[in-house]
Amino acid sequence: MISAGIDIGSRTIKLVLIEGTKVLEIRKAENSFDTLKICRDLLRGLNYSQITATGYGRRLFEEHFPCNVISEIKAFALGAKSVLPTCRTILDIGGQDTKVISLDEKGKLRKFEMNDKCAAGTGRFLEIMAMSLRFTLEEFGSKAMEADEFVSINSMCTVFAESEVVSMLARGADRAQVAKGIHQSIVTRSIALLKRLEIENDILFAGGVAFNKCIVHLLEKQLQKKIYIHQDPQIIGALGAALNIIPDK
Amino acid sequence: MTDYHEMWAGLGLDLKTHDMLLEIVGNGYNDVFLSQKNRPKGMEYFDFVMSEVHGLRIKELLDAKAEGRKVIGTFCVFVPEELVLAVNGVCVGLCAGAEFGFEEAEKFLPRNTCSLIKSAFGFKLGKVCPYIESSDMIVGENTCDGKKKAYESYKDIVDNLYVMDLPQMKSPEGRALLKAEYKKFAQKLEEISGKKITVESLKHGIEIANNKRKAIKRLSALRSADLAPISGLDGLLANQIFFYDDPIRYTNSVNALCDELETRIKEGIGVFPKNTARILVSGCPMAVPNWKLPFIVENSNAVIVGEEMCTGERGTQNLVEVKGNTVDELIDSIVDRYFQIDCAVFTPNPGRLDHIKKMVKEYKADGVLHYGLQFCQPYQMESKVLEKELEKAGIPVLLIETDYSQEDAGQIKTRVDAFIERIKD
Repeated sequence: MISAGIDIGSRTIKLVLIEGTKVLEIRKAENSFDTLKICRDLLRGLNYSQITATGYGRRLFEEHFPCNVISEIKAFALGAKSVLPTCRTILDIGGQDTKVISLDEKGKLRKFEMNDKCAAGTGRFLEIMAMSLRFTLEEFGSKAMEADEFVSINSMCTVFAESEVVSMLARGADRAQVAKGIHQSIVTRSIALLKRLEIENDILFAGGVAFNKCIVHLLEKQLQKKIYIHQDPQIIGALGAALNIIPDK
Repeated sequence: MTDYHEMWAGLGLDLKTHDMLLEIVGNGYNDVFLSQKNRPKGMEYFDFVMSEVHGLRIKELLDAKAEGRKVIGTFCVFVPEELVLAVNGVCVGLCAGAEFGFEEAEKFLPRNTCSLIKSAFGFKLGKVCPYIESSDMIVGENTCDGKKKAYESYKDIVDNLYVMDLPQMKSPEGRALLKAEYKKFAQKLEEISGKKITVESLKHGIEIANNKRKAIKRLSALRSADLAPISGLDGLLANQIFFYDDPIRYTNSVNALCDELETRIKEGIGVFPKNTARILVSGCPMAVPNWKLPFIVENSNAVIVGEEMCTGERGTQNLVEVKGNTVDELIDSIVDRYFQIDCAVFTPNPGRLDHIKKMVKEYKADGVLHYGLQFCQPYQMESKVLEKELEKAGIPVLLIETDYSQEDAGQIKTRVDAFIERIKD
């Protein structure tokens, strides 16, 4: 049976098609003001027996497409277990939220925590900070990685942090060091969230921000633990949704 | 529908804003309550009360005043209704459940004040609460620091505030303080009403309040049925109206509702399918029209089976056991009842954890959702300990911190969905 999972995130919509545990197809598109149109485009030409929606747009999707719906938390738990069966802790930093999920020995959802209502310390925060430093998103991580020291950023609010960065640059701070400081602040915040749960091995880092090498490096350094990253960390939620197979459907 | 504009104008309400508020609350009520399926017929009474909450009920209060009875407005379950009833007064809860007039309120309060306190100021400053305006005396009480300090400023905007001190520890000294305060309050009530509290009038007051509590207790017990006979939203509504309605009529209406629910249970009629996740909500009070969280929960394949809140069992549990035959002895009996309230302003407050565990068992809850108002230190602090202890006892817990705004509804929905998946998997 072919099963589909769609993860409608605030920044990116991810679609995964599987048969058993074999991934047949991965599609992604940037989200915009017309989420449904993008979903339709992503689904074009695909055949599947059932589809499960997750992500912040799941309810909207449900209103227009016959589907099952699960929360992102469950989707990530299912996806993580499938790509890393020994996974006990998941960190997901997406476009607008950060979540940490703790699984028990059997991979069952044990506890989860999410960031507060603002998007501080998420992918969107990184994007805006990269922009204010005139870096592309790719450069942002690599330049930060190269800096041997960092300038510490105190504000976690995107708006305040942006003005803090602007004034740092005006004072002649090194751009790469500021970049590293921004990465450091996200890592500090993520670790604080992780520490609300028990951090048990193995740890899977998912979500678009896991593409950023500097974040990964700083996380591993500070946690003193190995962090696993799937070749495509963005699709863990969609994969988990695809794995949410409801019998008799 | 009767036109109450003249009455509202007489109370000094800002008619334009008040009309707007009523429209918003009315629409919210339709969306949240009337859209529910399979509601018990007995809820029609509560729908009626809500539709007339600023109308007929206020007219009743004004009529009572015309007869020389006093209206006492309260913010807290520590204010003993028995004493108010003993001077033939009317006790009403005051509006503090909507995000209204916060900008005005912030002229008096720091921004990091909880929504409940801001709302109490907002309603007064915006001139939209006919209960505040009908009150002969408003009772503030020294519970949390936020309220305690806020009353210092509240005094400047209402001219009839009476502040009651409350103990913070469940010690003999604490109990003595509560008794002294209740005696002082009794005296104040006698003074403003011109009526003497007698053994007879106090026993009568105790009986009315006890009957009200017995009725709501009966309703709570029926919610433990495997097939929930009533939604948590409707259960909460009955708990909220507890504070507003005429106590005797309320008691009769709750009992009539319970009769119907008993039949429903016998016939196997429920409002949610079998095996729906059962949630106990615990934490800060939810004053009308604060229905945000229960609405999200009950639209996420879960049913709320109990409220460990002031607008719930924390406020209504335990009866006054009449011991003695003098007014002083009766006040002692009243103190005994109120001194058991497990409010988070007490330190330490172990009774609350026990009560939550007891409720989980009694109402067969699958998990506890802790509702903490942002900036509410006492409940937020307790929530961490409760979470640890309940999880240790195998009871899943979700902590939600929120305020009266609607902007975080999506995020809360995600958390609630995931929590229910966790419970049900």
